[in-house]
Amino acid sequence: MSLIDNINKAFDHRIRLGIMSILMVNDHADFKMLKEMLGATDGNLASHTKGLEKTAYIKVEKQFIGKKPNTRYSATALGKMEFKKHINALEKLIGK
Amino acid sequence: MESNKYLDDISEIKNMMSRSSRFMSLSGLSGILAGIYAIIGAFIAKLNIGNYILSSNSSEFLSKTEFNQVYRFSDLAVNLLVIALSVIIAAVVTGVILTYNKAKKSGEKMWDVSSKRLLINFVVPLIIGGLFCLILMQYGIAGLVAPTTLIFYGLACVNASKYTLGKVRYLGYTNIIIGLVATQFIGYGLYFWALGFGVFHIFYGALMYFKDEK
Repeated sequence: MSLIDNINKAFDHRIRLGIMSILMVNDHADFKMLKEMLGATDGNLASHTKGLEKTAYIKVEKQFIGKKPNTRYSATALGKMEFKKHINALEKLIGK
Repeated sequence: MESNKYLDDISEIKNMMSRSSRFMSLSGLSGILAGIYAIIGAFIAKLNIGNYILSSNSSEFLSKTEFNQVYRFSDLAVNLLVIALSVIIAAVVTGVILTYNKAKKSGEKMWDVSSKRLLINFVVPLIIGGLFCLILMQYGIAGLVAPTTLIFYGLACVNASKYTLGKVRYLGYTNIIIGLVATQFIGYGLYFWALGFGVFHIFYGALMYFKDEK
């Protein structure tokens, strides 16, 4: 059952899966964009981004655009590698 | 049972990747209609030009005043401008309405990050092309205006295609090629316009419409 080992628990949730998918194809995304794309509430999204930040799969940058605070996220090299592994594992499991 | 969940995960990943990077609700039908407007516009423009040539020939006999000529030419220019603007406005309005409907149907927002990105990447080459055409007119090189609009429109499509349906790229290539060919047949700009903006909009619009919307 080595295949199951590659299934990463950190991505085992629809919102986290969505966050990683978006950050794989976009250099960065801000909080509002993630919220709109995933249809998540503020609190829900914040807790999932925090989770991914803790495992160092995504990077968080806080900045100001004019006077408005803006939080933007990007996938780290580690996050991208782990997510690719996760996708491969999913594909193999389906292929069986 | 488990493998169903994995399948859902994979399709969710694919869906999020394409939705967050490409605006997929662009309506193919609006492409077809834009092409039809362009051909109607080109036809009316052709009639106007025909009338202008007729009347300027006959004015040789009627009155030879320069004023008459200048007046008639500015008349024609205004008519052509009105035709061109009507075609553009009709095409844009149709495009916005149909795209809005398609976006609503697929649960995508019309005005979100992906459509904004699409618009910026489309409009920037278009504005530069427009300014360049004004410069051509400034130096009296009007013959190159039609090919230039086709080339820059094509470049705008190629540039924007990264952020929407892939077929837009081929519409772009086609218009660039038609524009380059048109530079060798100056004076036939209207026919190349009808071909690039008319016929090929209908062609690629139909491809998109029948593949994705039927």
